[in-house]
Amino acid sequence: MSWDVLLPLLGFLLLMFLAGIYTARQVNEGPGFLKDYFLGGRQLGGFVLALTMVATYGSASSFIGGPGIAYNMGLGWVLLSMAQLVTGYFTLAVLGKKFAIVARKIDAVTLIDFLKARYENKWVVIFAAASISIFLFSATAAQWVGGGRLIESFTGVSYPTALIIFSFSVLVYVVAGGFRAVVITDTLMGIVMFIGTLIILAATIMAGGGVPHIISTLSAENPNLITPFGADRSLTPLYVSSFWLLVGVGVVGLPQITVRAMSYRNSKAMHQAMIIGTFVVGFIMLGMHLTGVFARVVIPGIKVGDTVMPLLALKVLPGWLAGVVLAAPLAAVMSTVNSILLIVSSSIVKDVYINYIKPDASQQSVKRLSFSVTTIIGVLVFLMALHPPDLLIWLNLFSFGGLEAAFIWPVVLGLYWKKGNAAGAGGSIVGGVVSYILLDQLAPNLWGMHTVVLPVAISLAAYIVLSLLFQKNTENELSRQNII
Amino acid sequence: MDPRFKVSNREALMGIGLAVLNFIWWYAFAYGLGGKPVKEYQYIWGLPAWFFYSCVAGFVVFSILVYVMVKVFFKEVPFEEDHFQETKGEEK
Repeated sequence: MSWDVLLPLLGFLLLMFLAGIYTARQVNEGPGFLKDYFLGGRQLGGFVLALTMVATYGSASSFIGGPGIAYNMGLGWVLLSMAQLVTGYFTLAVLGKKFAIVARKIDAVTLIDFLKARYENKWVVIFAAASISIFLFSATAAQWVGGGRLIESFTGVSYPTALIIFSFSVLVYVVAGGFRAVVITDTLMGIVMFIGTLIILAATIMAGGGVPHIISTLSAENPNLITPFGADRSLTPLYVSSFWLLVGVGVVGLPQITVRAMSYRNSKAMHQAMIIGTFVVGFIMLGMHLTGVFARVVIPGIKVGDTVMPLLALKVLPGWLAGVVLAAPLAAVMSTVNSILLIVSSSIVKDVYINYIKPDASQQSVKRLSFSVTTIIGVLVFLMALHPPDLLIWLNLFSFGGLEAAFIWPVVLGLYWKKGNAAGAGGSIVGGVVSYILLDQLAPNLWGMHTVVLPVAISLAAYIVLSLLFQKNTENELSRQNII
Repeated sequence: MDPRFKVSNREALMGIGLAVLNFIWWYAFAYGLGGKPVKEYQYIWGLPAWFFYSCVAGFVVFSILVYVMVKVFFKEVPFEEDHFQETKGEEK
């Protein structure tokens, strides 16, 4: 790839690095270190909150994988991707002010802090921390591989070198700056993702000779490309609808998203974030996937879906603009891994070490530990990504659905249903994760729905039935103080 | 109960309501109009009508609805001020 493409990309990496380092200097030295490092001191404004949620949620699949599938499937896949519009407002509306208020009352910094205070049960905490560590560690390692591959394909350097560049540009500021550095870089990356989408969509429509021409060319090639059913008519309404759970409303159970719902400054920030977030996520999803479909007319005959977007950018844009557009998927990967890295680190430092191993750890040692655990996880992820073991790929496939099946009900019902208790939450987490893994192995996409649907239902049933069976254990500190 | 929770409960229900409406809009236009044979498709701005209404118009309409919902119905409540003392000891 030529220098005019590379320069904007490298400039982007450098900018992220500098922004991260700059914010890192503001990390609180005082007694609020943990809250500051893992939660930014609950000071996010609306714009930053919206962008960090979108950027954390939007990953390589929104920019590379998804448009690649849309290229092959047609408008039906764009329809499917629009199930994600709801993520822009649903999580914040449902967790809402109650989650923010409760989190402040109990001084929660992580999702697990909330579960611990709500259920007062060691096993719920351990199951939850284990699910988060395993699933998110694999998810982040897989994204890491994706980030390395992106840099490799753009720059032509070897994969290990690409991985080092990627790791270095992410790790330094995450370790040093924590949550605050992550959300600031997320915001910049969100802007890059938005602008990248706008440029590539406009350029593709022009290169294809306008929308009517593109659509009639697609229709002439295969009329199914412009139906909601996919090129091979495999996208049934039920299957497509079930993605509303996986990538739409189910996102409310993802810890890296949930933690953001306790990080904002005030009601106004939340209100703004819902408005901005909905618009930005809708625009990016619609724009990128539609671009993928339109690309079929501009660069026909591509076999490997993942190469559609890079080839398209190079074809329809001048070099330096292609560099700007190709920074978008890199931004998406980086903004996803930085948040996940921090969540895994917080669940080890805060949820396990301080809760159970050394509750009276001094501020200084907590600080040192936070830095070193984040670094160690980062290095481990890097090593895993060098030679990704099969187990990692396998676990990563589960991470999204597995976390949703585990956490949706313990979080949402824990917040709104007084009768929910530890038995219900424990059963819900275990039942959700186990049934998800079993179903995926034995009967994927059972009854024509995405595999995540049944485990979420099983997890709901387990929560309600077990909570009601063990009602005498429900009373706890939160309900006595009327916090829930 | 903390009076702020009443506000929050109502807003959570509104969020769910909007998501349900969003789904119905998306589904009805996509499969209502898109289920017809391709020969009978109509086009708006060059896009098939089902796609235009379900995805493009749906995106615009629901962005506006979120704006309206938040501006008209959502209330600003303080987070930091501690209602802890007032509510302590009250019956559920």
